[in-house]
Amino acid sequence: MRLELVPRASVSPIVRALSPLIAIMLAGLMAALVIALMGRSPVAAFDIYIREPLGDSWALQEMGIKMIPLTLIATGLVYCFRANLWNIGAEGQYTMGAIVGSILPLATQGMELGRWLLVIALVTGAIGGALYALIPSYLRVRLGVSEILSSLMLVYIAQLILDYLVRGPWRDPKGFNFPQTVMFDKGSMLPILFEDGRLHAGLILAIIVVVASTIVLGWSLFGYAIKVIGSAPKAAGFSGFSASAISLTVFAISGGLAGLAGIVEVTGQIGQLKPSISAGYGFTAITVAFLGRLHPLGVVFGAFVVSLTAIGGENAQIMMKLPLDLTTCFQGLLLLSVLAADALASSSIRVVRTPNKEA
Amino acid sequence: MEADETSTVAADSAKQSQMLPTIEAGLADDSARTSGLLVQMTGITKRFGAFTANDSINLGVERGQIHALLGENGAGKSTLMKILNGLLRPDEGEIVWDGETVQFESPQDAAKLGISMVFQHFSLFENLSVLENIAAALPGSIRKNGFNLRRLSKRIEEVGEAYGLALSPARPVNSLSAGERQRIEIIRALLRDPKLLVLDEPTSVLTPQEADALFVTLEQLAQKGCGLLYISHKLDEVRRLCSKATILRGGKLVGECDPRSEDVRSLAAMMVGTHVPEVRSQALHKIGDVRLEVEALTLPAPDMHAKSLNHIMLTVHGGEVLGIAGIAGNGQSELFAALSGEILAPQARTILIDTMPVGHIDIESRRALGAAFIPEQRLGHGAVPNMALSDNLVLSRHGTDRLDRYGMVNFRRARRLSDEVVSKFDVRISGKNPLASSLSGGNLQKFVVGREILARPGVLVVDQPTWGVDAGAAVAIRQALINLAAQGAAVLVISQDLDELFSISDRIAVLHEGSLSAALPTGQVTRETIGLMMAGSEVDDAA
Repeated sequence: MRLELVPRASVSPIVRALSPLIAIMLAGLMAALVIALMGRSPVAAFDIYIREPLGDSWALQEMGIKMIPLTLIATGLVYCFRANLWNIGAEGQYTMGAIVGSILPLATQGMELGRWLLVIALVTGAIGGALYALIPSYLRVRLGVSEILSSLMLVYIAQLILDYLVRGPWRDPKGFNFPQTVMFDKGSMLPILFEDGRLHAGLILAIIVVVASTIVLGWSLFGYAIKVIGSAPKAAGFSGFSASAISLTVFAISGGLAGLAGIVEVTGQIGQLKPSISAGYGFTAITVAFLGRLHPLGVVFGAFVVSLTAIGGENAQIMMKLPLDLTTCFQGLLLLSVLAADALASSSIRVVRTPNKEA
Repeated sequence: MEADETSTVAADSAKQSQMLPTIEAGLADDSARTSGLLVQMTGITKRFGAFTANDSINLGVERGQIHALLGENGAGKSTLMKILNGLLRPDEGEIVWDGETVQFESPQDAAKLGISMVFQHFSLFENLSVLENIAAALPGSIRKNGFNLRRLSKRIEEVGEAYGLALSPARPVNSLSAGERQRIEIIRALLRDPKLLVLDEPTSVLTPQEADALFVTLEQLAQKGCGLLYISHKLDEVRRLCSKATILRGGKLVGECDPRSEDVRSLAAMMVGTHVPEVRSQALHKIGDVRLEVEALTLPAPDMHAKSLNHIMLTVHGGEVLGIAGIAGNGQSELFAALSGEILAPQARTILIDTMPVGHIDIESRRALGAAFIPEQRLGHGAVPNMALSDNLVLSRHGTDRLDRYGMVNFRRARRLSDEVVSKFDVRISGKNPLASSLSGGNLQKFVVGREILARPGVLVVDQPTWGVDAGAAVAIRQALINLAAQGAAVLVISQDLDELFSISDRIAVLHEGSLSAALPTGQVTRETIGLMMAGSEVDDAA
């Protein structure tokens, strides 16, 4: 016996809209079951995971801080994934963006050059990420190298470069030998949005990027070309779109946004380079992009859910002694449910009986 | 399990003494009866939701009979064959095989009784040899009993000789013509010792001469008592080959007859239901200036499975339809890509549109000069399957129809233009703006053709305009091409369908192995000549 997915002739828009909500509820139920099996109360866990972070200003700001890099990176990934190009190396582009963007602020540290320096830092960070993403893309276009492997491997190279810099030439001489650079000048840091808070102006950048991407992907000829290339490469050639040009462009956008996320994270809240500038944002963003079903607005939703569970997971670890891995488990369940709901909304399952072959 | 079986093949190839028991037994069995009813399908009904694909259909095939199954696309032929092959189960009705009621749970069940199919599209591994391709598809029962490749190779040659299917087992598939590839499929089916052989449009990729050879083989098979079910659109062939025909229309059985006592028009009328319209030639148009010219175009093969183009010369005048005949795989796709600009020519001057050298510019720039293109493959090349029709209109007209303003697409206008195509070209759709993949082949082709023709091109290049399209749509498409030429456009039609080329072209040239013959006026050339040229005989002899 085997199962086959048969595409449905027509999918009602209501089903399509409801499917992610059903998916979230199912994932929640499965998570509740796991928590119950661990001998804890699912109701209390729900309270700590979901309800408390949403009612607390500090937690909301922390969520916002996590959502900023996730949204920036995942929105960039949407460009690549829609074109059927698999940029798995956003983490490396993020790191490279942070490194390149930090060059000027570090070089001019102590001079208090002010806002223009910040702008230059952000721009160079984005360029750094974009150029780093162009390596796997160029290799793919020119030599047919799989971008999946090359972009992934470049992650480790970027991380080791960062490691070398903060332990070697860029190390803070007064930093007690910790692997980190000096702190940036106050003027080259992103402004804080609310007094006494931590949420920084990166949020505004993220909103601009999401809105612009929604327009570009939905209504521009470029967005149309990305969709055509992703679903029918030959039709793209027929339409006059150059596959290599689009491949390079989407990688540059994706890497640029990841690089921007890196330098935003550094200038927004860390204030220096150190090996731990990323909490795996580049990889988590892949989940976020798919949770958002490859739509920029969906990405905001995906980033929200992932950040919420991350903050809630920390609380749960402290207050209920639940392992932090449970959060990863829940995020996995969630992604699986969303993808399954999506598939089941557009296709139905058919059971095909195959009789046993006799010998 | 699969892996085990494959390794058995390799391991056993060393054992010289092993035989091919089932194969040997099957083909040597002369005691089988050679007449009488072989299979009878009675009252077969199959519904998909509200749609009835087969409505109580009866079909009986006798031993030694070549039985034609006629019908337009969507008439229910494929559904019926899938039921006979065990791929689908009927909602009602029964199948009696050799006097016993049978129920097929899977294609294996049907195969065990001796039902074999030769499909229209070949499923072959390009990089493997003929022998390897056949070995890979042998039924599990034969493979499990063990055999060796050398004996199989000998069997292939024997069967080939017995049925006039010459084929060298060692040749790699990618070096074979379509006709030779089809022989592999037929030999595969014959090695299974079929009692009933189902052939789906077997001559669609063959030259007239290759088709003749196939008919001889099929007649031999019939004489040995094998029942044949022959699915085709080509009524001439059916009249020549088949002694009985069952005709389906709209899922219903509309008639049975002896095709030899009917003429083509009466058969066609039964198939289509009304009198078949014929393409009306536009008598009053005059031939104008040269609008498309190809001057010594030579192009290396873009990849190992493609053909190179050698010194192609052609001209198409305004008001004229130039037909390019040839069997698939002789450089048609490459010629189309070179003309459209999907592959750029080495020199600009090798292709001229309205005397402008265009060899070096891309497809959009050529469209800007008034050219339009219709590729062979509808889904995935001429249209994007998972996009709505209006989005598919943007595909080829974003540059020429003011759909693209400052980089933003005017999707509203695209929708208006796509609705115009749908209404002017009688594209039958369900819903208002459905996905391209939800249209039937004929309707999607009408949409693609309409999309290009309503762009009012001065030069139109079209590859296989009516491939896999039902008769009604095919006539409409051919008429549209002729009308476009009559308005002064130069139309170049690449097609494998000789009937089509003879009915619409002013001149015909033949593409063989990447070389193009001189174009001959349609009135001065016979089908046989073109057929010989398609098979590669000297072009000079034909002129």
